[in-house]
Amino acid sequence: MKFKVNGDEIFASTGGRPFDKNKPLIIFVHGSGLTHMTWVLQTRYFAFHGYSVLALDLPGHGLSGGKSLKSIEDMADWINSVIDAVGYKEASLVGHSQGCLVTIECTARYPDKIKTLSLMGGAGAIPMNPELLALAENGDPKAVDLMMDWAHGPAGHFGGHPVPGLYHINTGGMLAKTRTIKDTLGVDFRACDNYKNGFEAAKKIKIPTLSILATDDKMCPVKEGKKLADLIEGSKVDIIDNCGHMMLLEEADRVLKVLKSFITTNYPTKN
Amino acid sequence: MSDKNKKGPESKTYKFDTLSLHAGYQPHKNAGSRQVPIYQTTSYLFDDVDHAAALFNLERGGHIYSRISNPTVGVLEERVASLEGGTAALATSSGMSAIFLTVMTLCEAGDHLVVSSQLYGGTVNLFRLTLPKFGIKCTFVKPRDTEGFKKAIQKNTKGIFGELVGNPGNELMNMPEVAKIAHDAGIPLIVDATYQTPYLCKPFEHGADIVVHSLTKWMAGHGSSMAGILVEGGNFDWMQNDKFPTMTKPYEGYHGLSFAEEFGPTAFTMKARAEGMRDFGPCLSPQNAWNVLQGIETLSVRMKKHCSNAEEMVKYLLNHESVAWVSHPSVPDHPDNALAKKLLPNGRGSMIAFGIKGGKDAGVAFINNVKLASHLANVGDTRTLVIHPASGTHSQMDEATLKFAGLSHDMIRLSVGIEDIDDIKNDFEVGFRAARKPRLVSNQ
Repeated sequence: MKFKVNGDEIFASTGGRPFDKNKPLIIFVHGSGLTHMTWVLQTRYFAFHGYSVLALDLPGHGLSGGKSLKSIEDMADWINSVIDAVGYKEASLVGHSQGCLVTIECTARYPDKIKTLSLMGGAGAIPMNPELLALAENGDPKAVDLMMDWAHGPAGHFGGHPVPGLYHINTGGMLAKTRTIKDTLGVDFRACDNYKNGFEAAKKIKIPTLSILATDDKMCPVKEGKKLADLIEGSKVDIIDNCGHMMLLEEADRVLKVLKSFITTNYPTKN
Repeated sequence: MSDKNKKGPESKTYKFDTLSLHAGYQPHKNAGSRQVPIYQTTSYLFDDVDHAAALFNLERGGHIYSRISNPTVGVLEERVASLEGGTAALATSSGMSAIFLTVMTLCEAGDHLVVSSQLYGGTVNLFRLTLPKFGIKCTFVKPRDTEGFKKAIQKNTKGIFGELVGNPGNELMNMPEVAKIAHDAGIPLIVDATYQTPYLCKPFEHGADIVVHSLTKWMAGHGSSMAGILVEGGNFDWMQNDKFPTMTKPYEGYHGLSFAEEFGPTAFTMKARAEGMRDFGPCLSPQNAWNVLQGIETLSVRMKKHCSNAEEMVKYLLNHESVAWVSHPSVPDHPDNALAKKLLPNGRGSMIAFGIKGGKDAGVAFINNVKLASHLANVGDTRTLVIHPASGTHSQMDEATLKFAGLSHDMIRLSVGIEDIDDIKNDFEVGFRAARKPRLVSNQ
């Protein structure tokens, strides 16, 4: 669906169901340069099982209008504006990679609004490889190739997509090229690199939090994910073997199972 | 080393020859079986009712019923998608069913397609005679008439279809230019790349949006199994206009799902499978998928030999007294020689058309007397194949259609195999001798 946030027309997938304000809201926040489509193997399930879902395209990404936001802090405030814009007082947040930084910061800033936090491939800081950052800021497609290489584990490099016939690396690459690389990936990578408040924000989080990490994640290694999780009181950690940073697609079923258990327990539907 | 010469980080994703062997498959998820297992089953257990509902509703990935998907077939689909540089693929029971599913996923009754006139005879008949029965009309344009493709586009045109190198006359369609015409009109370019395989050409790199193959040919390569596939490039924006409502609007058949919104770069394949395979059902058998996978393992090795043998045969035919003309993109005076160099840098393919002196009778005598070359209705076998199109593959066309498709009665279509080149030439000598005296020599 499309709706206005801060004057920009924003797109969010509602998981194939009409948006229903009477159901609890889960907001999915994608990673650098990507779009709502990375969440398709989680969002449709929740949308058909009692939740209202918004898998957002951040401003300037995918089908959303506006320009890419330049800092993680701005993105965190923007998520708060999204919640207001759709007429909700609270939501559950799910983030991937850069989306983890955004949702951590948002949760720390708006503790009364956010009810659960689920982090996939998250860390307290995501410093960028300088060469990768430069390529992305110059709009070089090589940045996408490198990101797809480093972001995928065995399922990505060999294959075995949970959806028959889909090929991970090329699909991911196309998602990252939906809009101009420089204006999406370049801006996002710079925002990640600049963000220094992740660990401090984590210490403020007092809500149920889940971290899903993967042993073959080169972008946000397990060690970094655990360091972040240790700072969040009562945080749950689930580690997936033989899987890379794109766990939400590479091991979609496993992620859905863990996420389902966590969200339905901590943020149940009204029925 | 100075900074100036520093290359920087390089992507280490697997390259073509490695993907040919490994893409789409992880042994540790299949009991450690090094070879891809043949999942000879119709259906798959659900964990519970919720799991079943989620699979049927595309909430989760997985297999339900082998008409829709099968794990062995899935490996093949991912492998071909990886080799083509595509986002997704859907394998079918034959190349023709891949074309049919592509059209039925793209079009509705009342729609129109612009189609290259130089195609496999069966494809011509599909577009000329069968699709009109579904309310889908086509305008044929000669492959070299690039501007003609533009002129033929109508308000209700939903795509342009062509073979990169036309069957059997070897005329090239200027794929980058035709792609630009299609994209300016907000419609996709669909390319049948059977003759090339991704080893010779990756159409997505030249603007194509959907690629179809008869895998029966060079991809499988051994003349053992029928198979087809459609592959999606993932770059076409279905939401850029209102031409494709079945891709962009809520679809009644899946609880209001919008394929383009939910699946973006894989939307076309998702729809072709969810709707097309469900409703038409031309699924590939797992055994045939496995056979094709065996062929793909050696694709680059075979294609190199096919192409080198073809170039030798071109030289031989060009200098032969019994040959009136030779058409192959490697021939220096072939009108598309320069375009072929650009689009087919790894080789110009192994299909040769040539005219035999003495016309139809000589052609019949030649075909009837070669022994090593097989006279049959296929191409892309490891073995050398010959046919007289006017009396075989294209025999259902009338005179005018034959002429429009660039066919003549003296034409012989040659699919060069990977035998020893001297043996192929020696066999052809026998055929040519018979062709010079068609009434005196016959094996019938």
